[in-house]
Amino acid sequence: MAYTEEELKKELETKEYEYGFFTDIEADTLPKGLNEEIVIAISKKKEEPEWMTEWRLQAFRAWKEMIEPEWANIRYKKPDFQDISYYSAPNKKPKYNSLDEVDPELLETFKKLGISLDEQKKLAGVAVDIVMDSVSVATTFKKTLAEKGIIFCSISEAIKEHPELVKKYIGTVVPQKDNFYAALNSAVFSDGSFCYIPKGVRCPMELSTYFRINQAGTGQFERTLVIADEGSYVSYLEGCTAPSRDENQLHAAVVELIALDNAEIKYSTVQNWYPGDKEGQGGVFNFVTKRGLCEKNAKISWTQVETGSAITWKYPSCILKGDNSIGEFYSIAVTNNFQQADTGTKMVHLGKNTRSTIISKGISAGKSQNSYRGLVQVNSRAENARNFSQCDSLLMGNECGAHTFPYIEAKNKTAQIEHEATTSKIGEDQIFYCNQRGIDTEKAIALIVNGFSKEVLNKLPMEFAVEAQKLLEISLEGSVG
Amino acid sequence: MLKIDNLHAGVEGNEILNGINLEVNAGEVHAIMGPNGSGKSTLAAVIAGKEEFEVTEGTVILDGEDLEDSAPEERAHKGIFMSFQYPVEIPGVTVTNFMRTAINESRKARGLEEMPANQMLKLIREKSELLEIDRKFLSRSLNEGFSGGEKKRNEIFQMAMLEPKLAILDETDSGLDIDALRIVANGVNKLRSESNAVIVITHYQRLLEYIVPDYVHVLHEGKIVKSGTKELALELEEKGYDWIKNEAVV
Repeated sequence: MAYTEEELKKELETKEYEYGFFTDIEADTLPKGLNEEIVIAISKKKEEPEWMTEWRLQAFRAWKEMIEPEWANIRYKKPDFQDISYYSAPNKKPKYNSLDEVDPELLETFKKLGISLDEQKKLAGVAVDIVMDSVSVATTFKKTLAEKGIIFCSISEAIKEHPELVKKYIGTVVPQKDNFYAALNSAVFSDGSFCYIPKGVRCPMELSTYFRINQAGTGQFERTLVIADEGSYVSYLEGCTAPSRDENQLHAAVVELIALDNAEIKYSTVQNWYPGDKEGQGGVFNFVTKRGLCEKNAKISWTQVETGSAITWKYPSCILKGDNSIGEFYSIAVTNNFQQADTGTKMVHLGKNTRSTIISKGISAGKSQNSYRGLVQVNSRAENARNFSQCDSLLMGNECGAHTFPYIEAKNKTAQIEHEATTSKIGEDQIFYCNQRGIDTEKAIALIVNGFSKEVLNKLPMEFAVEAQKLLEISLEGSVG
Repeated sequence: MLKIDNLHAGVEGNEILNGINLEVNAGEVHAIMGPNGSGKSTLAAVIAGKEEFEVTEGTVILDGEDLEDSAPEERAHKGIFMSFQYPVEIPGVTVTNFMRTAINESRKARGLEEMPANQMLKLIREKSELLEIDRKFLSRSLNEGFSGGEKKRNEIFQMAMLEPKLAILDETDSGLDIDALRIVANGVNKLRSESNAVIVITHYQRLLEYIVPDYVHVLHEGKIVKSGTKELALELEEKGYDWIKNEAVV
């Protein structure tokens, strides 16, 4: 049975709120800057065991020696890493007393997305009547999940409650020193999620609602670890279609997926961080490392809709280690105004008969730059590996750019690799044709963009897909004529 | 219904229409003929409101209302339909979805609710039968990979769905073989009524054997130089456009 958001809401409405506001966490912030003392302090604040503190320190030491990468097709002023505060306790106090105090532009967007009033309040930081606090939601969910033996909790909790699992898997797919941002994340990660699906269990619900509600308060350095044990299945939804006005400029998340023999993980993301204003001021820098490992006959699908952030640097990848394993990457990346995105995937074929599919749709408008960067690597022992890649770019206007950087490395002669790429432009003729049929220009663009993105939108879970569709329309509003 | 008075229009300072006068009443079919470059397609585009063309003088009036300030989609909502000579492709958008959007946008403009799904399906079934369209065709992406004939048939299908007051068929016969021409023409004929009007723009007399016009106008250098009944089309076929050109010079 699929557990829907509606059902959850009903359940919460009828449920007495058990815990009240969280008051036992002090709203405190560590001083700016990063050194070993800060890393230790973070670990201490989170009451972590020693092995975790040590793990963070190893990461920090590695990070100190690393240089921020410059190979991506993006231009920005590098953040001053000593001018950031790396720990801030979640602030549970509402920012506003009623919706009237919230930025009307933000509310307008909420309305267009069809987000319920209660949820609007939650997302904008207004005190709510029905408290959709993480604690109560998590409790509701956990009960259903616990019956199946599924563990779904924050990574901090997992470190305390399930150290053996965390210790065994954390850093096995994205090692501490994998790259500059992954190392930084490993040293200072604030929180994130942990999920374990036991052998042979099919997770009965999309793990989504929890995130949508909580997203508004998550920190800069998220760490996610998903483990699907042999023969299990999970569909995981991350992100939020509502615009996140986060004052943190730098975001560096790490997501690790482990699909053991015959397991399947479907990981869907909608990213809508603040992209900066129309002049290109402000906006989030999003440097994410996402990677999944497939054992024998396992399958990992990444689906992403990226519309936000001033800078996106993100390559959800699959290591196809086991024979017959499958990796998939479906992506829509939208850039408008002065946004820059350099995103794509890596498919590393190690096992025999491994297969991968890449469908990337880039939409550029305004003065934005949108790059696809992808690597398909076939190892010498990966007999009969197959890959199909398709990269389509859609341009709107004359001032934006679309770029494709496909890398192919095949060390086995039996490999079959296909790459297709197209670039098209929304033409005045298409718009006029729609206009003539009674469809105004905004709607016409939405129609054309949705048609262009259809293959990827179809991969999203139903209710997410509808929202993502609306999100595409909003992101591109005012980008033509 | 439609009254065009001394219409001058052009693109980037080049005048293409040079004082057009035309009146079309409900229930009538007008054919506009003329040699290449005489301004036939421009006239169609200007009536539909294509912004690329600038109207420098004169008026286009639909049901007593000057269209000067109406955007193309507003003109569509008022009942103007244009069948394109070169219909564009919109990948990933099915014919059905496109029509559903178009119909609902027009309804919204008129203050109506969206058309219920079952009613929409019924309408689609009815109109696709009228134009002998295979229903599978309707779930294909709009005009993508369509043959010339399929594109034109699809245009008339859209016309049937939208039930316009005034339909302008811009060279709908070009690229059609004789069977497709007959189907398209039959479709148009079945849609004719006392309350709507059709302007057929064509190069050749062939289409007019199937869609019989009440009036024929000859366009030359942006002006209507001769008007008559359907016999004029036959005369043109016989004598060619040079005859008109020469007459216009004299």
